[in-house]
Amino acid sequence: MDVPATLWDSFFDWSSMREALGDMVTTGLPNTLILSITSALIGTVLGLLLAMAGIARRRWLRWPARVYTDIFRGLPAVVTILLIGVGLSQPAMELWGPNPYPLGILALSLIATAYIGEIFRSGIQSVEAGQLEAARALGFSHAAAMALVIIPQGVRRVLPAWVNQLIALIKESSLVYFLGLAAGQRELFRIGQDAAANSGNQSALVLAGLFYLALTVPLTHLVNLVDRRLRHGRRRDGAGTDDGDMLLLTGGPPVPARGEEAR
Amino acid sequence: MSDEERTGPAAGGEPAFSPAGLTARDIHLSFGRTKVLRGVDLDVPPGGTACLIGPSGSGKSTFLRTINRLLEPDRGDILLDGVSVLDGDPDALRRQIGMVFQQFNLFPHMSVLRNLTLPLRRIRKLSADEAEETARRQLELVGLADKAGARPGSLSGGQQQRVAIARALAMRPRVMLFDEATSALDPELVKGVLGIMSDLSRQGMTMVVVTHEMGFAREVADTVAFLDRGVAVESGPPEQIFDAPRSPRLRRFLSDVL
Repeated sequence: MDVPATLWDSFFDWSSMREALGDMVTTGLPNTLILSITSALIGTVLGLLLAMAGIARRRWLRWPARVYTDIFRGLPAVVTILLIGVGLSQPAMELWGPNPYPLGILALSLIATAYIGEIFRSGIQSVEAGQLEAARALGFSHAAAMALVIIPQGVRRVLPAWVNQLIALIKESSLVYFLGLAAGQRELFRIGQDAAANSGNQSALVLAGLFYLALTVPLTHLVNLVDRRLRHGRRRDGAGTDDGDMLLLTGGPPVPARGEEAR
Repeated sequence: MSDEERTGPAAGGEPAFSPAGLTARDIHLSFGRTKVLRGVDLDVPPGGTACLIGPSGSGKSTFLRTINRLLEPDRGDILLDGVSVLDGDPDALRRQIGMVFQQFNLFPHMSVLRNLTLPLRRIRKLSADEAEETARRQLELVGLADKAGARPGSLSGGQQQRVAIARALAMRPRVMLFDEATSALDPELVKGVLGIMSDLSRQGMTMVVVTHEMGFAREVADTVAFLDRGVAVESGPPEQIFDAPRSPRLRRFLSDVL
């Protein structure tokens, strides 16, 4: 038996790939995108709330935020997905019938919330105390200072970590296959898996992998780009010097600055 | 004050500011068990300039922060034009008191212009047009009209501090607080900022200035207070403080810094 040829066929059998391609594009890709984008949006909104609760001055807000984060960051994603997807299937049945898809989104969102919450919290806490002080000194309330000055800066600083979390989410969305999806709800992995089982080789799964890479690799490079922009685009220390134009401020004939003697 | 003089950083078309008198009485403040302020008094008449000098850790910056209630004193009273401010809304108080910090604390994620227009719109409730007009005028008065669109991070320290002063003045404060406004600046940038501060003082702003610039204090201050270990050990006109210091601690401090 020709081992290299067999190996090649089991991973790169074009006909198996071609067979799976249609489902991948029309069903798998849209579902993976729906699952990951929806949970990314929910996770980002809830994550921001979680981060704010985590740094709140009131203990009764901080404490539940910590517990939530510990639990959902500490559990394997599969466990959370099964606990939510199967555990809540009964009440979900009452609401929208036997459909595990929304529960999959819910589970992914809850996981994303915990991670994104931590990312945002670290960013917000990295903003210098002087920023809050300056905003308060101008007359902004604590809430306005947070919303206008502190949170925008904090979130900006951790955008690369946030994009990393989106990448993780795209990959984790494959885990909802554990919940048993209807044919039209299958995402990339499940379609690859099914096709691979039918064809007897792994080529369809390789194709699914290529789809994942097509989504995640550009995002990883986006992370680097965003990171570089934040590092170099925003802060250019030492650029420009005082060019002695302060005399302009007097409007009239130049008045010698009295501070001059202070030097 | 003559009209001619009314052309410095605070003027420029806006109604001239109405400086308030400021009094601090017996201010005490502790952080945990550390007593940082142990009964500080200060009296600045409307339009007066007080400089606070003293070794680091003496409580100067802490005291300054009790004036606009960034820190709440444990005991004592702060009066603006004779009225206690400790019971009212701190945000309302801060609208009347401008503050300039050692580290500038401009908002780095917005343009220089927006650093000024944001508080003008949100706090002084100006319209977008009014806010921009006021902001541009104020920037012009500190010589930085051309930097309106720049990010603070692209400016030199001296330029940033001038923007910070413009931002505070745009709010039309009745008192200005300066917390070591030139300590983080390269030596060659100090002069410009001190110049703006002395102009402002000359125009009659009520000012409390924490500073290590003894020349500035001597030149500009009406009153100099020497703080050490949370107490105003000695205060008086600059000639008295610098030329005829009475307490041994002040004498030792002056011989160390001059």
